[in-house]
Amino acid sequence: MLRIHCPCCGPRDHDEFRYAGDASVVRPAHDDPDFEAWYRYVYVRANPKGLHREYWQHVHGCRQWLVVERDTATHTIHSVHFAGQQAS
Amino acid sequence: MTDNRLPSGGRIDRSLPVDFRFDGRSYAGFKGDTLASALLANGVTLVGRSFKYHRPRGIISAGIEEPNALVTLGAGGRREPNVPATMVELSPGLTAESQNRWPSLGFDLQGINGLFAPLLASGFYYKTFMGPGRRAWMVYEHFIRKAAGLGMAAMEADPDRYETRHDFADVVVVGAGPAGLAAARAAAQAGARVLLVEQDFELGGQMLAEPRGQDWLAGMLAELGSMPGLRLMRRTTAFGLYDGNTLGLLSHADPGAKAAARQVFTLLRAGGIVFATGAVERPMVFSNNDRPGVMLASAIRTYLNRFAVLPGRKVVIGAAADSAYRTAFDLAANGAEVVLADSRAEIDPQLLGQAVRSGVEVHAGTLIVKATGARGVRAVELEGRSGPFRRQCDLVGMAGGWTPVLHLTSHLGVKPQYRQDIDAFIPGGLPTGQFAAGAVTGAATAAEAVRQGHRAGSAAAAAAGYDRKVDAAVLPAFEESGLPHAVQALPFGRKKAFVDFQMDVSLDDIALAQREGYESVEHLKRYTTLGMGTDQGKTSNVNAVRAMAALRGTPMEAAGTTTFRPPYAPVAVGAIAGRAKGHHFRPFRRTPMHDWHVANGADMLEVGLWMRPWYFRSFGADVDEAYVAEMRHVRSAAGLMDISTLGKIAVEGPDAATFLDRVYANGFASLKVGRARYGVMLRDDGIVLDDGTTTRIAENSYFMTTSTAKAADVMSWLEFLLDVAWPELRVSVTSVTDEWAGMSVAGPKSRAVLAAAFPAIDVSNEALPHMGLVEGTFRGSRLRIVRLSYSGERAYEIYVGASQGLAAWEHLLAMGKDSDLRPYGVEALGALRIEKGHVAGPEIDGRTTLADLGMARMVAKRSGYIGAVLGQRPAFLAPDRQRVVGLECAESGKRLRGGAILFAPDEAWQGHGRGRVTSTTFSPDIGKSIGLGLLAADFAGDEVVAVYPMKNEVVRARVVSPVFLDPMGERMHG
Amino acid sequence: MGSFSAFSLLRHAIGGNRHWQRHWRAASPKPSYDVIVVGGGGHGLATAFYLAENHGIRNVAVIEKGYIGGGNVGRNTTVIRSNYLLDGNTQFYEFSMKLWEGLSAALNFNVMFSQRGQIVTAHSADQMDAFSHRANIMRLNGIDAEILGRDEVRRLVPYLDFSDTARFPIHGAILQGRAGTARHDAVAWGYARAASGHGVDIIENCEVIDFLRKGDRIVGVETTRGRIGAERVGLAVAGHTSVLSRKAGLELPIESHVLQAFVTEPVKPLVDHVVAYGADHFYVSQSDKGGLVFGGNLDGYNSYAQRGNAGVLQEVCEAAVALMPNISRLRLLRHWGGIMDMTPDASPIISLTPVPGLYLNGGWCYGGFKATPASGWCFAHMLATGEVHPLTRGYGLDRFRTGHTLDEAGAGPFAWLQ
Repeated sequence: MLRIHCPCCGPRDHDEFRYAGDASVVRPAHDDPDFEAWYRYVYVRANPKGLHREYWQHVHGCRQWLVVERDTATHTIHSVHFAGQQAS
Repeated sequence: MTDNRLPSGGRIDRSLPVDFRFDGRSYAGFKGDTLASALLANGVTLVGRSFKYHRPRGIISAGIEEPNALVTLGAGGRREPNVPATMVELSPGLTAESQNRWPSLGFDLQGINGLFAPLLASGFYYKTFMGPGRRAWMVYEHFIRKAAGLGMAAMEADPDRYETRHDFADVVVVGAGPAGLAAARAAAQAGARVLLVEQDFELGGQMLAEPRGQDWLAGMLAELGSMPGLRLMRRTTAFGLYDGNTLGLLSHADPGAKAAARQVFTLLRAGGIVFATGAVERPMVFSNNDRPGVMLASAIRTYLNRFAVLPGRKVVIGAAADSAYRTAFDLAANGAEVVLADSRAEIDPQLLGQAVRSGVEVHAGTLIVKATGARGVRAVELEGRSGPFRRQCDLVGMAGGWTPVLHLTSHLGVKPQYRQDIDAFIPGGLPTGQFAAGAVTGAATAAEAVRQGHRAGSAAAAAAGYDRKVDAAVLPAFEESGLPHAVQALPFGRKKAFVDFQMDVSLDDIALAQREGYESVEHLKRYTTLGMGTDQGKTSNVNAVRAMAALRGTPMEAAGTTTFRPPYAPVAVGAIAGRAKGHHFRPFRRTPMHDWHVANGADMLEVGLWMRPWYFRSFGADVDEAYVAEMRHVRSAAGLMDISTLGKIAVEGPDAATFLDRVYANGFASLKVGRARYGVMLRDDGIVLDDGTTTRIAENSYFMTTSTAKAADVMSWLEFLLDVAWPELRVSVTSVTDEWAGMSVAGPKSRAVLAAAFPAIDVSNEALPHMGLVEGTFRGSRLRIVRLSYSGERAYEIYVGASQGLAAWEHLLAMGKDSDLRPYGVEALGALRIEKGHVAGPEIDGRTTLADLGMARMVAKRSGYIGAVLGQRPAFLAPDRQRVVGLECAESGKRLRGGAILFAPDEAWQGHGRGRVTSTTFSPDIGKSIGLGLLAADFAGDEVVAVYPMKNEVVRARVVSPVFLDPMGERMHG
Repeated sequence: MGSFSAFSLLRHAIGGNRHWQRHWRAASPKPSYDVIVVGGGGHGLATAFYLAENHGIRNVAVIEKGYIGGGNVGRNTTVIRSNYLLDGNTQFYEFSMKLWEGLSAALNFNVMFSQRGQIVTAHSADQMDAFSHRANIMRLNGIDAEILGRDEVRRLVPYLDFSDTARFPIHGAILQGRAGTARHDAVAWGYARAASGHGVDIIENCEVIDFLRKGDRIVGVETTRGRIGAERVGLAVAGHTSVLSRKAGLELPIESHVLQAFVTEPVKPLVDHVVAYGADHFYVSQSDKGGLVFGGNLDGYNSYAQRGNAGVLQEVCEAAVALMPNISRLRLLRHWGGIMDMTPDASPIISLTPVPGLYLNGGWCYGGFKATPASGWCFAHMLATGEVHPLTRGYGLDRFRTGHTLDEAGAGPFAWLQ
């Protein structure tokens, strides 16, 4: 089990969370008509072997969306933040 | 039958004899025996046949590394094949059988395979069985499959129970030998919560076989037994190390106790871990080293001292390590005649002196080159400094050095390191919080193991934040020599010199693999199957790597090891599954009215995790009869449907309208308080995600419903948008799916039902028009009535608090009696929506757009909604894009079927067609089989053929509007 | 290189098996090649073989950073089937199936392709419709398929849970009789041996560090064993496609994910077919050695670590017991992980790229093994001619821009859910 230190609930097994992929991609504004921006946001992924910022939602806990910084080669988790705080 | 049991000694309980059966014969052992020790005590040496050549095999080891002595336990659903006899705790009534032999263990017809060994060398099957004809392999394979495999699996369900536990500890110590015991003691004294895990049913590890260590062991166990922070798990194998310092543990029940579960799987989250997993002895490689009666020297010592069994009286031991001498001395002390062939030229004079005193005959610089004897060893041929000689014997010991049990330490990818002086791989650099101690690090003596364990236990506790003062380590008080091992010489060219006993891989096979280019250890493993048996190559790995290194002329560290994979020892699939089986595989979700449905003749259906009424038997004997009757009833009177499974989400806050206006493709900004609207959500890629309705309850409060299937996904999606995409929006979303029971009343008499049921509420068309909302209370619970129609009839969705759901349901039925209100199921619901052309799961299949579903107009003048940009990609606008149509069967006596492929009448029926039938029903109103389909937009004709090769069926169908019934919506309005 | 046959086996056995030769030459890199295929897995080796066999291009190197066949071709659950729904997928995988049917003969290496049939259980009327749709499409494309009722399934695989306590009762199943399994390692070795026999250099323990460029064109690779020039470079490194592509300046719609595989102890014949559980993620077959080989869902997060987590171990074992209650007492021998290139539509990428001289074969998700022969065939065509093979027209990189995605499951652009 990955152990994710939820800032709200403490250390929990990763299967309490819902994964939602790369958090480094930038979501265009809702009314942004730029095709390229949406295409890159939805499809293009850096997919690094190494540090990866990624979204996890604590669905079986506080339901907060989190940004987890994790190494995809070793699975070591370096940081966990509320996604909202990251965005603002 | 020989009786090999010594008159006294050992750790067995002679006051408790235990009867058991092996291959149909009765035997007796004692409590404290393993099946292996009890068989040896009874003189049973032939216990199995090998995998490929069906060679006779005996017991080699006294532990989990056993490659040969695999037996089948139990029968029927409790049949358990391939269990090492060395790991079976003897218990009354135990029944074991040998396996992989026919007709009997003593006479096995497939023993003939041995004669063809040169033909059956490594990889032979890749070079032949390729013809004649393309399917020739299938014929050969049939026989090969029968010959392969070991024991037979059960055909019935396993009747036993398993449990899953989740556990935590500050420090976990794996292995309760001298190092592990010392580590557990130190960590517990430091104040940590300690868990000590031991796979054996006794604590002590190698100390159990050490007569001089019994006092130390007893003292240690007494002290540990009284430590409050220490828990012991015996009969428990730590089989895997996973991310997050999580250990997988498998515990076997004490066969003497009445246990609720046969085995328990524990997922243990550990702070620090001490690996005190010990080492297993390495066999010597010589011709016929697999004959029954050839055993690991340490195993002989274990049988002798722990189980009071003397497995042979004339013994030759082949040694490359000092540990052989302890076995020799103990054997001699028990009256055996012992010859020790030490491959090393120089031997510790102290040991030699002791050998002379014990009457052990030592030959330095001498190797065993061959064992003779058919079903048991009779003699060995040796080669010493003064040439070859031969010795009669009934037991051969092998002491080829020690292989650290480092599997767990490398499950997370830590590469083992080669240690030249002991010719073995030890754990590589372990991550923070993990420690190794004792023989796994190459420690050669019990005292060294205890010192290391003590240090590791203290360090693991400190790493977990516990640093109380710890007493000094208690060292065992006997002498042991700890000279380096000698590298065992491998006799290349000698036949049937086995490296992997279970997989029948010999030195010849390894040489052949090298010759053919399979030089990487991974290629070697895969080409020869070396190490792929149930023992996972615990005794073969190092000898194999050395053989390959020697053949290639590379150092051991360059040859490397194969990757160690969990589990360390085989674990039952059922134990990992625990109680999640049968009905408990996944939870049931039941609505508040579930029991009523069951009690009132509903045939229930699994819909995801939910259970929903499929149809009610009061309408017909089977679903086909009932659903049509239910449809007729809804269209002519009134039907009641349980819709509690719909996803329900409260959307609240000053920006809720803005939020919904972006989330739904169609506009929501203009929705007035007290009104509902149908909405469609898209994914970012422009494909339809889900549909449902949202009702504006108050200025800043909305009540959203989603499809049953997508409820959880939509909820998370909305939370994502609010947390991540648009944190500036002042909106909160709350799942209220389980808070509200939902039911819908549909049909021409639906208003009458409501009026009777809720006399205090005005449900007139003026007060509650189509898409309107009224609120009230029902028995103290909030009540919401939204006039929404899925069936096309005048219909109302009624929501009450879940605790009042059943009461409201029964109340409606009682008050609706005069209007002939009756419940109906999801089959009829699905049919009613088809008649109205409403799309559902079969059409919203994750590949369709709004336009595909005929709803392009909804977004005609809109932008800024999710999916707007990517939803305009060329593929979605292509002229042959498949769009929803209505289909009406054009041939009497035939029906449309979901999954039929649509073609133009004059086309060849091949390829992917022009579309497909997605949903079908019989329409009582139209009197025909009708359906919805997806059909290419550029298809010009008004007739298609629906081709269904599975039933060799071709049906002509007219292409019509998907709205079959009441296109103006008169039934639901007014 | 001698030919393999029962006769050669006998001849060598009499000679004490002392005269067998290497199955593929241990080659050292030449300064340049017509084509370099990066990746000595099934797809790369197959590509090299068909370059030589179909196009006469023999000045070819396969460059492998470790030992050949060490990636997914040697880690998968060996299932081969051609039961695809969507136009583009259906034909491609059936072409692959046809190549499988002649592969042992074509390679003179027994890859043990065993067409024991695949059964996927259905657990609702809707699922039966969906399977019928699939089966109809298969038949209309000349592929064998059958729909089975509950009783027929029971006759074929009586050990599945047909009891009253099954959580998701079996309604029926879809069967493809020509589906089956093959000996995965043998596929890599067989292609390697045949390609080597055609003159292809198979260069092991040679890692690509970077690409060589002339202007914006790729003209070779920089490796741990030196610089190697090439007219065309093809990538066949599924699992690590992103890592290598980035060196060439390409960003792709690919994420790397772990898929686990599991094997039990060997037992006498028990499971004749490939059986997949339609109500959950679980599929199983029995190897010729006797072990039950099974798998389930992705671990569910981006990963390059070739190991699985304990949560999926539990989920898969639960599904195993739910479908096959008699598997409960059988013991798991090993479980391991492989790295999958996951694409946003779960279909592969065989594509020209915006970088001249660089060609891409990847994105195989968890379906790469069955595609090995067709993938090699079509990629070889692309490397030989510079043109897209007609069977892989749907597998271009541009499909994500145009919307022509091939999303069999309809799961959407979420790699970890595909």
